[in-house]
Amino acid sequence: MAPEQTNSNTTNKNEPVIRCESVYKIFGNSAKRMLQENNGSVDAEKFQQAGCIVGVNNASFEVYPGELLIIMGLSGSGKSTLLRCISRLTDATAGKIFIEGEDITSMSGRQLIKLRRNKMGMVFQSFALLPHKTVLENIAFPLQVKGISTRDSINRAKEMTDLVGLTGRENYFPRQLSGGQQQRVGIARSLAIEPDIWFLDEPFSALDPLIRKEMQDEFLRLQGVLSKTILFVTHDFDEALRLADRIAIMKDGVIEQLDTPANIVLNPATEYVRKFTEEVPREKVLRIDSVMDPVDPSAEVSDVKIPRDAMIESVAEAVLNANKPVSVVDGSGQVVGTVHASKVVSVLFGSRADNSKGNQATL
Amino acid sequence: MDTLRENKFLQFLVLLAIFIVLCMIIPESEGNPLWRLPPLIQGLPLWIYDKVNFIMFDLWPVNVYDPDIEEYEQVPIMRQITRGLSGFVLFMIELIRELLLGGVKTIVSFTSWDWVTENQWARWPALPWTVVAGGAALLGYALSGWGLALFAGSAFTYIAVFGQWEPSMQTLSFVLIAAPVSVCLGLVFGVLAYKSRLVETILNPLLNIAQIMPHFSYLIPVVVFFGIGDHAGAIATIIFATPPMVRLTLLGLKKVPPEVTEAGLMSGCSSWQLLRRVQIPTARRDILIGVNQVIMQCLAMVVIASLIGAKGLGNYLLTALNSLRIGQALEMGICIVLIAIVLDRLSLAWANKQTDYFADQSFKERHKYLLIFLVIFAVGSVVAFIGSLIFKEGFNYFNLIPHNKGITTENFWQQAVDRMWEKFFYPLKSFNEWFIVDILIPIKNAYLGMPVAATFTLAMGTGFIVGGIRSALIVGGFLLFIALTEWWDRALITAYLMTISVLISGTIGIIIGTLCAQHPLSTRIVLGYCDTFQTFPSFIYLIPVMMLFGVTDTSVVIAIVVYASIPATRYTVEGLRSVPESLHDAGSMSGVNRLQRYLSIELPMSFPHIALGINQTVVFALSMVIIGALIGTDDLGQLILKSLSDAEGVGNGLVLGLCVAFIGLAIDQILRTWANQRKAALGMA
Repeated sequence: MAPEQTNSNTTNKNEPVIRCESVYKIFGNSAKRMLQENNGSVDAEKFQQAGCIVGVNNASFEVYPGELLIIMGLSGSGKSTLLRCISRLTDATAGKIFIEGEDITSMSGRQLIKLRRNKMGMVFQSFALLPHKTVLENIAFPLQVKGISTRDSINRAKEMTDLVGLTGRENYFPRQLSGGQQQRVGIARSLAIEPDIWFLDEPFSALDPLIRKEMQDEFLRLQGVLSKTILFVTHDFDEALRLADRIAIMKDGVIEQLDTPANIVLNPATEYVRKFTEEVPREKVLRIDSVMDPVDPSAEVSDVKIPRDAMIESVAEAVLNANKPVSVVDGSGQVVGTVHASKVVSVLFGSRADNSKGNQATL
Repeated sequence: MDTLRENKFLQFLVLLAIFIVLCMIIPESEGNPLWRLPPLIQGLPLWIYDKVNFIMFDLWPVNVYDPDIEEYEQVPIMRQITRGLSGFVLFMIELIRELLLGGVKTIVSFTSWDWVTENQWARWPALPWTVVAGGAALLGYALSGWGLALFAGSAFTYIAVFGQWEPSMQTLSFVLIAAPVSVCLGLVFGVLAYKSRLVETILNPLLNIAQIMPHFSYLIPVVVFFGIGDHAGAIATIIFATPPMVRLTLLGLKKVPPEVTEAGLMSGCSSWQLLRRVQIPTARRDILIGVNQVIMQCLAMVVIASLIGAKGLGNYLLTALNSLRIGQALEMGICIVLIAIVLDRLSLAWANKQTDYFADQSFKERHKYLLIFLVIFAVGSVVAFIGSLIFKEGFNYFNLIPHNKGITTENFWQQAVDRMWEKFFYPLKSFNEWFIVDILIPIKNAYLGMPVAATFTLAMGTGFIVGGIRSALIVGGFLLFIALTEWWDRALITAYLMTISVLISGTIGIIIGTLCAQHPLSTRIVLGYCDTFQTFPSFIYLIPVMMLFGVTDTSVVIAIVVYASIPATRYTVEGLRSVPESLHDAGSMSGVNRLQRYLSIELPMSFPHIALGINQTVVFALSMVIIGALIGTDDLGQLILKSLSDAEGVGNGLVLGLCVAFIGLAIDQILRTWANQRKAALGMA
């Protein structure tokens, strides 16, 4: 479903674009001292009694080039705080954050501005457009701040307006646009400087469900064209499953689990994660190769061929309609396995415990 | 006992009873501290005077070279600083003044009087009024459109045709310096307070006091430090007009959504870019209200600044008022109002202007307004030249219509006043007498008959009921200061004038506001009226009431009532309109009729906001009471006015000013605390 999903085997060898090493963010006057006294082991309740609120608690992870990592959690789980630490809109209380190998926590103001002007873009939940500027001026703003001439920045902003489908509304003010259109402006603004790293903080949460779906499609289309490294924050688990390469689930500042959507659904690490995944239809998150059998030359197969990275949901009909097992092929057309209809039936209709057990081996 | 603890209204009744009993049992006698506190800080004014003198004349002398006597002389540093500042401000005012009216002083400041006397050609010619009016219209068109162009053009034409050109341009030159400086200072301090908690904590009480200090009390220290003249007037104006700008800048910046700031940061703004291109523009609405306030304050100061030597309309207006030439005063009042509205609208339009990036413009288009202005300038000059051929004897009406040589409607107004006096002499007189004898004097006596202990009990008790021990102490502290000066009786007179006026204007405001809030159209109209009337400098209101009631307390009270009804009305309308529609529906579905809905839903919901309006009414009334001194009252204001002409008046003026401010702040403390509590209780905080 997500176009050109990155193959995690190849990206792992690259240098991570973002690397967090035990990042803490604790609000309160005595936060630093308390953290040192407790040697990094943070008990939220104990801290709260001392007047400190724990935002992020010992977060360590990496994001690889072209990867889309979603940070998922309910409100107050610290997901936006973590994002703000990584973009250094707030300073982390402790820990190190590397952007392309450089420690952002020790950067000077000047270096930080340079980084933001050239490498980073961010989209906000409430759109955060400048109310006194038109669509075009809003989009051109990061370029003008950078010192690019009015003519060039406006031309570039026009291209961006076309890219996000707002042609003809260049001279509108934010207040004259609908929520979806405003967020398109926000997206265009964040992409105007062609950043490598794209932060999205609940970009679609303030939108109506229908518009949200439309914007998610739009987002996938853009990502298909641009392939940025993305950190995406949401409280909507369906949205996370739909878009993510990997998902980090946060609760009370702690990353409970960080894994691919399929693994999270199949092997929830904690009780909290399991509750989220209970209602999720398996066929939406499992690829067909997770239920395929090894190639058996002796067995009879139908002539239907399906790609190995297809979601079960999208090929279920084809598999069930064939009266023999179906071949699974990789990108070059090589047959890598077969799928029997019964496997698909058990994913679609089988009881939960059974198929998570059955699948553990194949994953 | 429990009901007493619960019911604040009951508590207040008990307090009132205690107050009355105290009033009755404490005898009136000079030595009794329960009747009047001894004036323990009587010496404070003199002490302030000494300190100011020390700073001004003895502190840190430095050697300064004086080119006139070609010698070094010892000058205290403060005097040197104020001298430099005065010189600069005066130069700027003269520069603009001479651009508009012509003259030699600017040329003198670059050369010398001798040089100018030798070279008679070195005179800066006045800009013909046609050019100024045309320029104003063009500016209006460039910033907004035909509407503003027409308004600005005709306003200046009115000023010229009615022969008020010279004083108006003098006033304008003074405002054009004071207003931008106040706006800049306000922005700077507002931003500093936004950036640093420390600055905010220091500025906050200062701003509170500055807002309620009467205009007059600013004048006295300014005279001591800066002397008399246009520059002193401008500096006093700047000091007075800056605080609201600081406050509104801070308010606006605090309201900028954090995500917008973050968006600016992520766009790679440096902190200066963030401030200038993201935060200040986003806070634009409040900052513009601040600019509007500055312009209002500047023009309100026009008359008052003329007391310390600022030239212009204020000076003439004051003379006209004093000699009871109502018609003339009215015409000049209109000029001040016109200048205020034109400046206000122009600044508003300027801030809302937007750029068009699509047009690929040629040189001619990009500079079209400059080119048009040059055309206007040329045409105006030619017309002025032709005028010099037509009007041979003396005045060239196409260049500059001299003062009081224009059209005037003075006779008409004077006759109208005379006729009104003839016709309504007896009813007006009897109303006036009735109002003074049966209402004002008894209330005044009642106020003066209050023992100080009773007053303290009532005020601190109210503070305690509303806001607990904290409010009680704050209110008590403010009153204590006043009671320990020798002016407690005068303060009571100020308080009495204020109380009557606030009661009347509060009632009027709430009634008018309620009636007008019933329909969207009338709401819009009344808010429009409030906007316009708020632009009028306060003393303007004195003119018509003096026409009717002469120089009496009645005039002052009526002027205050008219002026102070504005905020009461505005806040009532705003409060009622902000009651959510769904609550109206909920009420209607519960079967209430119109009156029930008003009394049981709308009024309780909007009353906290109305209370803030009453608070504003108090501020307005206090400032007007003091200005009433110009037409003769016997309260604190009169004393402040007197200390202005007193060589040692600086201490008196400041302490008196603080007394007035503290009356206002004590009331502010009670009303604001109450309103905030109610708002929090109703979930509207």
